[in-house]
Amino acid sequence: MVLVKDINCHHAVGLIGEYLEGKLPRRDRRRLEKHLAGCDACSAYLEQMRATIALAGSVGPDDLSTEALDALLNVFDNYQRENRENGEDVSGAS
Amino acid sequence: MSKSATVSHVDDEELLGRFLGGDRDAFRTLVVRYQPTVLQIARYYVNSAATAEDVAQDTWIAVLKGAERFEGRATFKTWLFRIVANRARTTGTREKRQVPVDPTDPVSGDRFNTEGMWKEPPASFTDLLADGEANVQLAAAVRTAIAELPEMQRSVVTLHDVEGLSTSEVASLLELSEANARVVLHRARAHIREVVERVAKGGS
Ligand SMILES: [Zn+2]
Repeated sequence: MVLVKDINCHHAVGLIGEYLEGKLPRRDRRRLEKHLAGCDACSAYLEQMRATIALAGSVGPDDLSTEALDALLNVFDNYQRENRENGEDVSGAS
Repeated sequence: MSKSATVSHVDDEELLGRFLGGDRDAFRTLVVRYQPTVLQIARYYVNSAATAEDVAQDTWIAVLKGAERFEGRATFKTWLFRIVANRARTTGTREKRQVPVDPTDPVSGDRFNTEGMWKEPPASFTDLLADGEANVQLAAAVRTAIAELPEMQRSVVTLHDVEGLSTSEVASLLELSEANARVVLHRARAHIREVVERVAKGGS
């Protein structure tokens, strides 16, 4: 069993990004986990990161402006009209 | 906490089928849901907001016309994002983006003492997240934080954390290596965390 070299908080924080993505090499992961087990501050930081990610996942995409929506609905309506008039879609225009 | 906790859920693939059949409301639902991210992807590749809007509009037209066929191999959104990425890429007038290769400190170095220990430990967000009112405030802060990110970081975090795409999907849409996509993602998240922490401490 290889001895796991201790790391400090500054170093630990630098590893947490890849740790969260499951991409940390095994050695680094062991070092980090050992540090986290004895460090409340870095554990709190890890929890902050998890909360941040969860928050980003919960906000949803931005709101669409009414103008932008209307413009696209217009595109849709025009397309439907053309389609009806032509009977079938042969338009190559964009 | 889940975004699927909204309205009775009709899945995207079903909505696509409906709007191809002429259902305007189905089209509207998908546009409201995806146009912001479609625009974001377009904006990543082209150098003006106006061009990005044109590309986004062409994307929906292509979908409407059935010029691009959905074959169910990917989810609707991944398929849609691929169409806009391809179109924007070929329209792309922007010089290649600089990819930050070196990971930076996710937390400013001055928060640590000379031994590399926290001067002041980070505060927990747990209580805050349990508080409905604070949660609304945090969500708003997160949106602002994402909006103020540089283009590449905003694209990566939007696709990965907001839309829930995998790193490999994000990397391929944005023509980044997966490792680089992660570097960019970590940077974006670090910024968002900082903003949330500021709000959590009572600032804004
Ligand atoms: Zn620590």
